[in-house]
Amino acid sequence: MPQNIDNIQDHVELFHQPEYQELFENKKAMQGMAADEEVTKVAEWTKSWEYREKNFAREALTINPAKACQPLGAILAAVGFEGTLPFVHGSQGCVAYFRTHFTRHFKEPFSGVSSSMTEDAAVFGGLKNMIEGLENAYNLYKPKMIAVCTTCMAEVIGDDLGSFIGNSKAAGSVPEDFPVPFAHTPSFVGSHITGYDNMMKAVLGNLTEGKKAATTNGKINFIPGFETYIGNLRELKHLVSAMGVNATILGDHELYLDSPNDGEFKMYQGGTTLAEGADSINAEKTIALQTYPTLKTLDYIEKEWQQPTATYRPWGIQATDAFLMGLSEITGNPVPPELELERGRAVDAMTDSHAWLHGKTAAIYGDPDLVLGVLQFLLEMGVEPVHVLVNNSSEEFETEAKALLASSPYGQKATVWGGKDLWHMRSLLFTEPVDFLVGNSYGKYLWRDTQIPLIRIGYPIFDRHHLHRYSTIGYNGAINLLNWIVNALFEEIDRNTNIPSKTDISFDLVR
Amino acid sequence: MSTVEDRKQLIKDVLDTYPDKLAKKRSKHLNVYEEGKDDCGVKSNVKSAPGVMTARGCAYAGSKGVVWGPIKDMIHISHGPVGCGYYSWSGRRNYYIGTTGVDTFGTMNFTSDFQERDIVFGGDKKLLKITEEIEELFPLNNGISIQSECPIGLIGDDIEGVARKAQKITNKPVVPVRCEGFRGVSQSLGHHIANDAVRDWVFSRTDAAEIETTPYDVAIIGDYNIGGDAWSSRILLEEMGLRVVAQWSGDGTINEMMQTPKVKLNLIHCYRSMNYISRHMEEKYGIPWFEYNFFGPTKIAESLRAIAALFDETIQEKAEQVIAKYEQQTADVLAKYRPRLEGKTVMMMVGGLRPRHVVPAFTDLGMVMIGTGYEFAHGDDYKRTTEYVDDATLIYDDVTAYEFEKFVQELKPDLVASGVKEKYVFQKMGLPFRQMHSWDYSGPYHGYDGFAIFARDMDLALNNPTWGLIKSPWNK
Repeated sequence: MPQNIDNIQDHVELFHQPEYQELFENKKAMQGMAADEEVTKVAEWTKSWEYREKNFAREALTINPAKACQPLGAILAAVGFEGTLPFVHGSQGCVAYFRTHFTRHFKEPFSGVSSSMTEDAAVFGGLKNMIEGLENAYNLYKPKMIAVCTTCMAEVIGDDLGSFIGNSKAAGSVPEDFPVPFAHTPSFVGSHITGYDNMMKAVLGNLTEGKKAATTNGKINFIPGFETYIGNLRELKHLVSAMGVNATILGDHELYLDSPNDGEFKMYQGGTTLAEGADSINAEKTIALQTYPTLKTLDYIEKEWQQPTATYRPWGIQATDAFLMGLSEITGNPVPPELELERGRAVDAMTDSHAWLHGKTAAIYGDPDLVLGVLQFLLEMGVEPVHVLVNNSSEEFETEAKALLASSPYGQKATVWGGKDLWHMRSLLFTEPVDFLVGNSYGKYLWRDTQIPLIRIGYPIFDRHHLHRYSTIGYNGAINLLNWIVNALFEEIDRNTNIPSKTDISFDLVR
Repeated sequence: MSTVEDRKQLIKDVLDTYPDKLAKKRSKHLNVYEEGKDDCGVKSNVKSAPGVMTARGCAYAGSKGVVWGPIKDMIHISHGPVGCGYYSWSGRRNYYIGTTGVDTFGTMNFTSDFQERDIVFGGDKKLLKITEEIEELFPLNNGISIQSECPIGLIGDDIEGVARKAQKITNKPVVPVRCEGFRGVSQSLGHHIANDAVRDWVFSRTDAAEIETTPYDVAIIGDYNIGGDAWSSRILLEEMGLRVVAQWSGDGTINEMMQTPKVKLNLIHCYRSMNYISRHMEEKYGIPWFEYNFFGPTKIAESLRAIAALFDETIQEKAEQVIAKYEQQTADVLAKYRPRLEGKTVMMMVGGLRPRHVVPAFTDLGMVMIGTGYEFAHGDDYKRTTEYVDDATLIYDDVTAYEFEKFVQELKPDLVASGVKEKYVFQKMGLPFRQMHSWDYSGPYHGYDGFAIFARDMDLALNNPTWGLIKSPWNK
């Protein structure tokens, strides 16, 4: 009888009990699976160079991709604006998946609706769904803006959002002047970061139409990008406020995705106000904190708004320095002592830990900007990246990554693997192991198979709590990155030195 | 607010804020159960209204996410763009024993990652190549399923043709499943389509291995082994002398599936997702099926006895022994947890089985269900629900987020039991919550061992001190 009332065991322990072990053993007779020896043989083969070559020869199959699809990014951009309800035009299952994905990462509610298209819409198009859907969403959820994007279904049948929304307004679904920005976000083009870009551009285009004034408002716009660290939005606000920048953050989902528990659920929390969004066209400049989810948006701002743009990726010390000096140049304000203090603390922390990281080898995967940010930091610490893998890669990214790596003596060992997936990474880690791996929660399968410690940085992080509340940018972000990496390596040393009288010679108290 | 009339008024009040057309539509899906009726009086399995927040998923989620995905020794290709496979990757836990990436593939994500050119030129060639690459890289796979995403049906790819070709090359089952997300109104059609694919592409094979049958062969149907439920169920069935030949589909294999038409009885837990294949096996192979419920000691004992009654006296005797064996464990659980949970009210909203099946487990703990509803039930589910609910229970079919929030605000249950999309909404309202799709990462909840965990979890949810911290003292 496995369950003991004083110590009820759930799946973590229950199935280790002899009763269940016997059950598993007996079940094998029914399964028709390969014998243990053969499994071991094949498992060993998957670790080999021969397997790696076969694996990299793959042309059609993607295994364990490190990217999601466009609408996911689009709806993240949308909820960064005050009172905005994301509306995904297409079949409804997608929205269930997006909401679930974000909810699992942020542990927060995520509201979004779809036009629930089914077979009839596949044949006749989704106009009826759009008219009815906008009316229902507007009346039920009382948004200030509805941001519409598409699923691959709507894209394949060729629904035209612009005219559909026009028709819906004519039919009275929402008032004529109600903002309904829209973006086509086919899932078979780009990835979630493309979707972010498309929606950000759409929202800004919608809100700013006819709002260009004769003079600037003296403000600087900041676009965070596909930002899943709530701490980064706070760090950005901290830095710009310390620099005395009069800032507008475009797409500020900080409160939406990290709201207090005060006993009341509010569907819309915080966000860039629609007025701020509208006035962003009159800013002095727009600064993006990620390059690849803002390519089209920045291009649009330069061409249509005639506004200068810049991109800074303030990860680690030097890139944060560059960011602050850039802000200093724009505003004429010096970097304040407060930030210099923070810089000093971060550098102090890094020098304290440098001995444990110098010359350590690393593998990293994730979205292009995140990977570049982490690389910047690793190179500053004297870590030597070996495998750099980006699934949603591009030529521009690869050129940028190679240039960054070439700029440091510590970047010489690295290979940039664009367009590859996590099953490729598995082969890389087996054939050319590294000291640690940086990536999202899906890396835990790589950790299990290769035993290479995983430092969870990126999106999604499903299996650890609260990491997204911290920052990865700015000087404070550098301390967080350092903390996660160096302490993960200490954990690893402890794990490898904890057998009494065998490996525990180095089971040291002080490090 | 506890009489039938009160609660009917509540429904009216909520619908009053709706646009007329939507109010009319939704009014058919909301009702209050009145004792003695043979139905819950709600319409179901109808398309969700556009623009309202539904918890429902799609046919792909029903097929890949629920039915096919857990078959551990097969490789399930998410055929189409990258998203569907990505979002459903390891989202549901379907526990299994195996070496992932070598002889089992349950927590992996295989996709054809459609690009624009695949939409324009079709993906059949790519698909065939994928099956070849799978064979090369994963020689111990025992078959492939092709799970169609939306574009596949829309662009008219011939995945059946590819499957036939690939079967010839690999000599293993290659199963095309037309579970495009736009089909039907929810996951439910995906379950049906997935069942039909088993019928047409698995049972039709002539190369199934022969097993020696016994008079006590049964199959577990419709248990996806979330948190190991099928195991904590299987152990009871085996203890009572039955031989479980197959698990559908949590921790299941294609070989187990192929053996199933030879069993003596199919035992179905999730009726909604697998009644189709059970009915088919009854018709074609004469195998009876029985819907059992392993939530809570009352229903477990009732189910064990009912199952045993379909066999001989030896089994019946052993079933009594099993019930007796766990009597003390259950008594201990109830003695410890019932006093902490007695009289607490619950509102539920889950998929297609649990809104009714879990009720007796709550009842065993002295808890009271005051509202329940399904994401994707059919009429027969609402008929079956009447057995489980009391007079004046609020019933909501495909409840919108708007309705659910209003109902909860008015009825103020002590616990809400629903899915992850609902979880943080209600926690922000200061309400204890348990995820009933995933057991909130705990489990198993089935069987006697599972009931102990269920009781523990309800206690930790309801009686955790954090709920007392929500209001700041200066605002109290």
